[in-house]
Amino acid sequence: DIIDVGHKYYLELVLEDILDKDSTVNCTAEVLYHLGSKNIAPDVQFTLEGELKNADEADNVFYNRIRSLEKELVAENIPDSHGNVPPEMEPIHRLAWVAAGYVIWQNSTENTKFHLAQIKHVKQTKRSDEYLEFDYMILLHEMVSQEIIPWQMTVLWHPQHGVQVTQDSRQPKHTLE
Amino acid sequence: DQVFHIVPETLQQVQHLQHLCSILLLDLWKPQLPEDIQAGEDLHIRVPAPLLQEVKDNLDHHMISYKVLIPDVQELVDRSMPKERSSQRQVPEGYVYTQYHPMEEIYQWMTQIQKSNSDLVTQHYLGKTTENRTMYYLQISQPSDKTKKIIWMDCGIHAREWISPAFCQWFVKEILQNYKSDPKISRFLQNLDLYVLPVLNVDGYIYSWEKDSLWRKNRSPHLNGTCYGTDLNRNFNSSWGSIGVSYNCSSETFCGSGPESEPETRAVAQFIERKKSDILCFLTIHSYGQYILTPYGFTTEPPSNSEELMHVAEKAAAALRGKYGTSYKVGPTSLILYSNSGSSRDWAHMIGIPFSYTFELRDNGTHGFVLPVDQIQPTCEETM
Repeated sequence: DIIDVGHKYYLELVLEDILDKDSTVNCTAEVLYHLGSKNIAPDVQFTLEGELKNADEADNVFYNRIRSLEKELVAENIPDSHGNVPPEMEPIHRLAWVAAGYVIWQNSTENTKFHLAQIKHVKQTKRSDEYLEFDYMILLHEMVSQEIIPWQMTVLWHPQHGVQVTQDSRQPKHTLE
Repeated sequence: DQVFHIVPETLQQVQHLQHLCSILLLDLWKPQLPEDIQAGEDLHIRVPAPLLQEVKDNLDHHMISYKVLIPDVQELVDRSMPKERSSQRQVPEGYVYTQYHPMEEIYQWMTQIQKSNSDLVTQHYLGKTTENRTMYYLQISQPSDKTKKIIWMDCGIHAREWISPAFCQWFVKEILQNYKSDPKISRFLQNLDLYVLPVLNVDGYIYSWEKDSLWRKNRSPHLNGTCYGTDLNRNFNSSWGSIGVSYNCSSETFCGSGPESEPETRAVAQFIERKKSDILCFLTIHSYGQYILTPYGFTTEPPSNSEELMHVAEKAAAALRGKYGTSYKVGPTSLILYSNSGSSRDWAHMIGIPFSYTFELRDNGTHGFVLPVDQIQPTCEETM
């Protein structure tokens, strides 16, 4: 408890590679939730004790595949209601995961617990530069209120330059109907 | 899915096709390996449905001609093999416990389970839902002259938590398949009766299959039909409406117009109330989060038998972890999860049932409510 500032948490985590359960990296982090204001994202500092596995090859395969598409990629309901994600949609799903992580961070307080529930809709926008651009409508599940919150996010990605969420906005509930 | 027939004409086309196969991970039917693709030779590739347009456009763009050899692979498969799920959807010889089932099939399953295990199982009417559907529970009871204590388990109080009814069905199957051969189960049944309610929130469950897979509440209409649904797990008479609820119908945790305002809640409450002196344990199954939750949600005051409750729950979590290493957190809802009032578990404890637990099954948020079917078996096995 830091008087007049907020609450600070010291964390020790283990990061696990979703594609290789035996590949783990230890991590320490400090998270500071600011007092009062609901509009400021918590401060996060972290240190990785080791290196994350190199995914360049898979990244480039995905990148080239999308770049060579004749028509812009469009998909919906990932995963479907039985939890299935078609294998070719896995990277699109993971990209949403990462981007949603940013949105969740920006909107978290000590009283929220968000998870990505589903990608309702995703549409690619072709760009003249080398970035890939996807417009997502995702559903976030908030554990405490149990609410399902639609959220729009525009995501840029490049194998060497990483992920960027250039735009995001919470949507009203009836966007779903 | 379709199968394409292509005869590559040039080396360039061969190389492009090899490239396409490896990038899109296409299923080569002929030849077996991409390196065996040759100009002038037949090539058969299966293209999954979501990639059809992409592949067709790509082939057109590269001036590679193709014929559709098989326009619908699934149809061919179905024709050549007896279907697991015939149009009558017979059950349980062939009932697939590692899949999610719609309510119609669960109703049929209950009837069938009683028929094929009539020495042990009886199906009973519990009550009606808001939309006038019937709620049934199964009683698993070994005939005996002594009155036995009861273990109650309900699943599917929240519509979207599909792994929960899947678990109840699995549980019944396991008990019935193994009670003769497994000494633990047979001893169990000598001393205890099991009452299992596979789907509590029938209307909500059906709605989650047909309209909105992330629906949680029941389907009671409010405000002249402009808003639907009460959270049944906020509707019981355990400090109803005091904390962790919304009074607004449009919220997921709307507690209803009063304690036990919902027919589903009343059906359960009236039954449990009647039998309470014989009920040893009340279990309510949810997802997700991987928790074994003890009373209470509406206060941090520990229940009277808190030590014993925790001890049993810790043992359960350890046994669970022993199976696949899945870790469950154990403790009172108000301390380890969030505050809530009107839960069935709290109410059961308050009327005197000593062991009352909420199980939140897999997972931790990676898949959340939409747990893939390949996790049904391990989830159920470890929880068993």
